[in-house]
Amino acid sequence: MAALRSTTSRLLATTRPSTLSPFLRRTYATVDPVSNLGEAMSATQSPVSPKHTPTINEPAQSPEARTKTFHIYRWSPDTPTEKPKMQSYTLDLNKTGPMMLDALIRIKNEVDPTLTFRRSCREGICGSCAMNIDGVNTLACLCRIPTNTSHEARIYPLPHTYVVKDLVPDLTQFYKQYKSIKPYLQRDTKTEDGLENRQSPSERKKLDGLYECILCACCSTSCPSYWWNSAEYLGPAVLLQSYRWLADSRDEHKIERKEMLDNSMSLYRCHTILNCSRTCPKGLNPGKAIAAIKKAMAFT
Amino acid sequence: MLAQRITQHSARRLLAQQPTLTRFTPPAAIAASRLRPQTRHVAFQPSATEPAAQTQPAKPSDAYAILAAQRLNRPVSPHLSIYQPQMTWYASITNRITGCALSGGLYLFGAAYLVSPLLGWHLESAAMAEWFGGFGAVTKGVVKFAVSWPFTFHSWNGIRHLVWDTGREFGNRQVQVTGWIVVALSVVSSAVLAFVGMGDGKSKGKGVDEESWKGEFKSWKG
Repeated sequence: MAALRSTTSRLLATTRPSTLSPFLRRTYATVDPVSNLGEAMSATQSPVSPKHTPTINEPAQSPEARTKTFHIYRWSPDTPTEKPKMQSYTLDLNKTGPMMLDALIRIKNEVDPTLTFRRSCREGICGSCAMNIDGVNTLACLCRIPTNTSHEARIYPLPHTYVVKDLVPDLTQFYKQYKSIKPYLQRDTKTEDGLENRQSPSERKKLDGLYECILCACCSTSCPSYWWNSAEYLGPAVLLQSYRWLADSRDEHKIERKEMLDNSMSLYRCHTILNCSRTCPKGLNPGKAIAAIKKAMAFT
Repeated sequence: MLAQRITQHSARRLLAQQPTLTRFTPPAAIAASRLRPQTRHVAFQPSATEPAAQTQPAKPSDAYAILAAQRLNRPVSPHLSIYQPQMTWYASITNRITGCALSGGLYLFGAAYLVSPLLGWHLESAAMAEWFGGFGAVTKGVVKFAVSWPFTFHSWNGIRHLVWDTGREFGNRQVQVTGWIVVALSVVSSAVLAFVGMGDGKSKGKGVDEESWKGEFKSWKG
């Protein structure tokens, strides 16, 4: 079925547009039905270099075009035995929006509809379009396309994640870990007057820099410690969330929360590498939050 | 699947003939499709010779097994090889490598020293000093630097980690600056350890150092 979709239907599709009106006509990708690599998949394989994959060019070339090349990681579950590959696309920056997400959307709309990625808000508040762009994890919607056309952009899914398809990583484990820290207010007592749980402005201030986290997983998947130990180590994003509840003056289950982290893996696999703080697209500091948890654990 | 389609098709035809049924038809069509047990057809990848896709019935309860089988084939996205080299993780891995090299080297040498009398190796300080004294000045410096730099880097970076443990210097800029300070300090202090004092040995003539060291060693032994 997959092979059918990727070859026959696309070949048919390229012949069909002649019968359509110019308005309805769409450019379809002419991806070479990738030669039978026949190699079994393995986790350690690096993707096929863009030198060995065909380049898909900007649909309508203009003389004053500012053409930039994008190398994008591709892998499809429909053809699981095929190696992941780097697919090259060229785009005219004059016709593309300023952000990496604009380039991806333009590729999907006008060049290659099979390109798969997550996106939603396009303004850095949903965290869907987290991916590795030019070696750094960030949100595609907040990442400007470098206007230097001699520089070729490289886009990968979040590092060391299972790939669902193309740039879509499987974040099941990440969300399970988030659930495991009980990310909600836990109280056994009611307030004296039976009204809402109030905070002083100074207590509320302690949550600044913590509550803004959108759980895009950029920091966790930038952490080498999380790459090797994601089964047990919670990772920067989830630990920052954990600290958000430890720092909340209204929460009454701090002892239980700390006990949950008091083992060699959950928290202490953090070796203060600090890729997390460096990469956070929201400018937060998970490394500092983890240090604050470690301090709180040491002095109680 | 076919029966389901026929039901829907006939429902639509009925709808076309009697527009008054509009309000009731969609729920009726959905209900009709729900009455029969659902079976889905799973596509198999055909070989190159087979033109059409083959399908095989699968129950909803098989979904988990199909998903699990599919997940077995998933690649892991590239990580070490594609992540941008940064002061943060490069300093961290260097810290770990130097630590392993230093402690590993110490254990190896200690163990070799313990078994050396049995194997007839000469690893006593006097023998080592004599052996090392035979090297040229440049070789001496390079070897000393190669041993002292892991030590100085690990020590200075250790201080950086102790500062972090107090919850300070976590800003991106501070991490960058302290990282380069550690690199500079380690290179300078390692160069001092490796090369300072070499000129003295030269001016006194070759072998002086070893002789005096040997004498000292003997007096200490006696």
